[in-house]
This record gives sequence, structure tokens and C-alpha cells, in this order.
Amino acid sequence: MKETEISKHTISVLVDNEAGVLARVIGLFSGRGYNIESLTVAEVDANSRQSRITVVTSGTPMVIEQIKAQLGRLVPVHKVSDLTLAGPSVERELALVKVIATGEKRVESLRIADIFKARAVDATNTSFIFEIIGSPEKIDAFNKLMEPLGLSEISRTGVAAISRGTIMM
Amino acid sequence: MAERIMNGAEVVLQALADQGVEVVFGYPGGAVLPLYDEIFKQNHIRHVLVRHEQAAVHAAEGYARSTGKVGCVLVTSGPGATNAVTGLTDALLDSIPIVCLTGQVPTHLIGNDAFQEADTTGITRPCTKHNYLVKESDRLARTMHEAFHVATSGRPGPVVIDLPKDILVSPAPYIEPAKVQHRTYNPQVKGDRSQIEQAVEILASAKKPVLYCGGGVINSGPQACKLLTEFTRLTGAPITLTLMGLGAYPASDKQYLGMLGMHGTYEANLAMHDCDVMVAIGARFDDRVTGNIDFFSPGSTKIQIDIDPSSINKNVAVDVGIVGDVGHVIEDMMKVWKAKQYSINQAALDAWWGEIEGWREKRCLSYIQPNDVIKPQHVIRRMHALTRDRKTFITTDVGQHQMWAAQHFGFEHPNEWMTSGGLGTMGYGLPAAMGVQVAHPDATVICFSGDASIMMNIQECATLTQYRLPVKTVILNNRYMGMVRQWQQLLHGSRYSESYSETLPDFVKLADAFGFTGLTCTKPDDLDDALQKMLDIDGPVILDVAVDDKENCFPMIPSGKPHNEMLLGHETGDAQAIDSDEGMVLV
Repeated sequence: MKETEISKHTISVLVDNEAGVLARVIGLFSGRGYNIESLTVAEVDANSRQSRITVVTSGTPMVIEQIKAQLGRLVPVHKVSDLTLAGPSVERELALVKVIATGEKRVESLRIADIFKARAVDATNTSFIFEIIGSPEKIDAFNKLMEPLGLSEISRTGVAAISRGTIMM
Repeated sequence: MAERIMNGAEVVLQALADQGVEVVFGYPGGAVLPLYDEIFKQNHIRHVLVRHEQAAVHAAEGYARSTGKVGCVLVTSGPGATNAVTGLTDALLDSIPIVCLTGQVPTHLIGNDAFQEADTTGITRPCTKHNYLVKESDRLARTMHEAFHVATSGRPGPVVIDLPKDILVSPAPYIEPAKVQHRTYNPQVKGDRSQIEQAVEILASAKKPVLYCGGGVINSGPQACKLLTEFTRLTGAPITLTLMGLGAYPASDKQYLGMLGMHGTYEANLAMHDCDVMVAIGARFDDRVTGNIDFFSPGSTKIQIDIDPSSINKNVAVDVGIVGDVGHVIEDMMKVWKAKQYSINQAALDAWWGEIEGWREKRCLSYIQPNDVIKPQHVIRRMHALTRDRKTFITTDVGQHQMWAAQHFGFEHPNEWMTSGGLGTMGYGLPAAMGVQVAHPDATVICFSGDASIMMNIQECATLTQYRLPVKTVILNNRYMGMVRQWQQLLHGSRYSESYSETLPDFVKLADAFGFTGLTCTKPDDLDDALQKMLDIDGPVILDVAVDDKENCFPMIPSGKPHNEMLLGHETGDAQAIDSDEGMVLV
């Protein structure tokens, strides 16, 4: 890969679930001018009080290496893993998409939702809320199709990701 | 031993004592009164009362850098903590181990905009290595010990512990340090064996090697400095030190090229530019060292040894990056070198030294001392000559005087040079000298300052008097913020915007007002007598030396230029304006 080429990386960070840990990670990104495309965080092990943060970021190989090294030296960080480099991984995001429409557009939105395996989780006479799960690209594609059909609001969770097969972080 | 129940303040004091803390630099206030009450009741830990919280941190930095121990600070909530921020940032950038205890409003008032409340952990998050807010009494002892572990392990740095007042007065269990083990933070100290072998092989095959060493060697300890000296002699390679690394290798040694970087020597910078193998040891390729990164040492294979993985490949891509404590890594490198009976090709090395001698002949630090006005460089040189047979520590403020001190005072030993490198904090010198003197009551501690810098923490003169700290402050007085003036001359068409010191105090009267001696010196012939008199006085002294106000600090790599485009100074007519918009943008 060229030194100047910018690529997207999904990085998983296992941290102690303590006050301020998310602020440390976000502060690191903003303070050093790194890019955050998406970020998710939740506790994954209640016994050891560990949370997993998944950050999607982009940069040159040198910047990505810096991001990982900088994350690694934060005191409450246990592990940093670059899923993009670790091998194939599964990436999923959930989105709630509100479409306000009537008539043919309303029907068409249902049809498209069906193709994308999106579920209607709320309905009124003039609106749907679809729940869609998939890769960020799939959700982008869904939203693009919904746009002319009355898409009015989107809430996305950001990416959760994990390596395929037996590879552990 | 069963856990003993004490109150929070007792736990804090006990933890400090068990961590080997002897001195705390601090300033009391409402939120930390319970701690001051405990300090009053005990005799193990000495408290030094500063006159501003920033100075408390700088003093602790001076203490830490001159002893290799942790510097300890105690300040109150709100303004006490915010005043400490500059010092904490300074310690972060220079990797100095500091534990700073800050008071906080009681836990039930946090977030209420209470009196003297500030979000201390929020404010100090980016300027500390780590910080803690202790909200539960049973976490207190553990947090104290962890803080010392974090401050000293790996790349050292400042750690803040924010202590709400109710935690200080509530019962809290005490745990001994031995029972606390950190779960996540255990940095690697041993370097990777195969990388070390690879690095040694590359170095052995060099024709034009250079060792570029920084503050990491000093932080690794006196033993690491000794090993570095042995290793350098073993290889025969030239060595250059960063501003932070001065003293890691004896300045009088023939293999030493002097400091490198923006105001480094011609030979050091040219050697960096032209070398074929560079070994960076505990140095982080700071922009003051590299100059324009696009033209930095274009033809060299680069090896970097650093305890902080994030320092490797940050600014400059290296070919071999070894994560580990430099002391351990150098020791292993030396073993490999000896075991494999390596040596650098002597003919190539001789030719390389021949080139270097050619650069040395430029005598880039030379100056002419006229009869009528004192050259600032001369003050540093004379002070060095007069203190050669004393145990001497030097601190500085920031600016021209700092660079002249770095260039002209030859440092033979580590831990004797304290300066604000990364942050460039004016006002660092005097409080840092205070901290050094507290740690070394019988040594000669000299603070080189400027007429502008000294005003930034001048209140600490009162601390010197109170504790009878015989710090010798030499003001290189050119009535300008000299480095600002120099840049304005070179880059901004000699428009000296706001850099002239219109109203300086009479420093003799000022010293007198604080209860100690003030001296002045204006003539070159009187300089030695004045310096000697200052050294002979048994107490603090301020010596105000009127120096040439037009003198610029050379050599200089202007911002945005590569190493081989240094300006050499007056003799070669380089003091003209630098016509570069790019340079004007850079700092």
C-alpha cells in the first residue's frame, strides 16, 4: 500500500468500563486530528467490567499505526485490534429509518424494505419506521433508495465488528 | 496485615510515605484543608509552600529531573488545579514523572458549579498521562499507588488524582503498595531480540553512522547513560544529543558533536543529514530536531529505540523500531555487538570523521567578546568555567538564553540540566531551580533566565527566602523577548511588535525586597568577579547582566528548511532577513 494512500480501518478497543474512558478515546482522536467515521461502545463483560469500543477511522498507514499506538498507551486500555488487518471480519450496523409518505410512495417503500429485509417496527397511516441491520454500505444503499420515497429521519448505531472464524482480538 | 481504617487524608499521607515521597510542593485551599491538617500532624513528609500552583509543578519537575524520583504536588480545587495545568502539560511533553493531588468539592456537589469547582479530570485529561477522580473511599489507597506506578512506568509523565473533600474526611481502608497490581498498564521494557540483532547488524555495516539520543536516555537512568557512553565508544560512532538529552553523554568527549536541531551545531546537523545509518535512542524526531521533514536525513537507514510505541514512526518512518527501555536495549545491543565481534569498517569511519572534522572547523558556536559589551554566550561560558569543580545543576527559562545555555554550558553528567523542552514554558526556570535545590541542598543550582522569562514566576523569590534556598539566578538582560525579537528581525522585516521590555524592575531592589542579594554587571571586565561573587554568597542571588541586545542565537535552521541549510551567524553574514513565507507560517 502506498504511504500516502488513505484507507478505512475498523479498530476494536477493549477498555475498563470506568468513568471518562470514552472521553479519553474521543479526546485522543480530536486532540490529534484523527478522523472518526463511526464509534460504538457498550459493556461486554459485566464481571470484569470491560467495554468494547469499535471505531471506524481512516488515514494513511502511518496515521493508522499511530492511532493504534496512541490508543494502546491509554492506561485503561487492555487491547487494541485492527480488524481490517487481522483478516476477514463481520461488520454490522443497525439503523432506524423513518419514512413519511402516502399512496404509491408508501407502498414502494414497503417493497424496498422487503428486498433489504428491513422490518417495519412502527407504522401510522402516513409513516413507517424501518429497522435495518447490515453492513454500513447496505444501510447507505437502503437510505439512498428511501430518499425519494419520503425518508425523513435516520438513527444509526455505528458499526459493531468482530473477526471471522477462530481469530480473537 | 489487616486493612487499617483511617480517614482519607491519613490514607493519602500514608500512601505518599510508602511511595517514598519526601517532599511535596503545594499551596493550600478550602478543598485540601483536611490534607494540610494531616501534614501539620506528621513529620515524614516535608511540604514546600510555593507562591503559585504553576510553580509547584515546575518545582516538582526540577526535583524529579535532578533526582530520578517522582515529583509530588498538592493543590486545591478550581483555580489551584487550573493554575497547575501549564506545569502538567510541561511535564507531559518532557516525560517527567509527577503525581499531582488536586482538591475537589465534595462528591455531592460535583457538577453543581460549587465554589472553586472545576472539572479537573476533564481539564487535565489531555495534559496528563492519566488522571483519576476518587469517588469511593475504598478506591483511594489503590488509586494513590496506581498513580505512582503509572507516573514512573514506561514513558514517565504527570498523573492527577482529584480528591473530593468528603473522601478526605471519611474513613477509608489502607492497602500497602505491594498489594496493588495494575491490570492493564505494564509497559514493555525488554526489546525484541531479533530486532536488536537486526539493528546491530545494520549499525555494524554503516559507513557514516550517527547516534541521535534524547531525554529517554536520561529518563532510563544514570546506568543507561553509562551504557550509552560505553556503547558509543565501542562503535566509534559520532553522537549528538537533543536539548532534552544533554548530559546523557559527556560533552567534553571527542565523539560528541554537540546538540542538534534548530539551534544545534553545524557538525551535528550535517552528520544527521549525511549519515547512512541513524540510531535514534530515546528521542522522538521533534520538529525542532528534524527541520523540514521532507528533506530530513534523506539517505539513511533509521533505527529507533523508544519505550513508547507511539513515538516510533510518528513523524519519521523508521526501518527498525524497537520498543523497550533504552537501558535494557543498549545493554542487549552491546552483548550482540561483542558476541558477534562486530566493528564498523575503520577506513569508512575514518573518512566519515574526516568529513565531520571539516564541519567542526566552521566553529559554528564561536563569537567575539568585545571590550565594551557583554556577549550572552560569554556569560554561559564563564559560568561553566567557574563551576567546573562544583556539583552544579542548571535550569533555564525559555528563549535565546536557553539555547545559549544549551550550546555553551558543557554537560558532563545526566540529571544536571533542567529545561522546558517540549512545551517551551517561560517561567519554568526559577521554580525548577527551587525544586532542584530542595533535593540537593548543598549543590550549586543556577537558573539562567531572560529579562522577560524571569517575570513569569518572579513571585517564587519569596519561596527562596522562606526556605533559604540559595538558587543563583543569572538574568541575561537584553531588554527584549530575545527569541521573539530574533524571529521578528529575520522573518517579519525587523518590526519589533511588542517584544521590547519597556519597564523592567530594578532587579537589585527586587531581590532586596524579597530579602536576598541582587547584583548587576554591565562591563565585560567585571563579569568574572560578578559571577564569582554570586557563587560565593551563601544564599539566593539574582545577578542582572546587561548583555548585547542585538545578539542573535546562531547557528539556526530556519523553520521549514532542511538540516543542510543552516544559517551560521554574523561571521558568515547570515544574519540577514530570511525571505520565506513558508517559514513565517511555521513556528
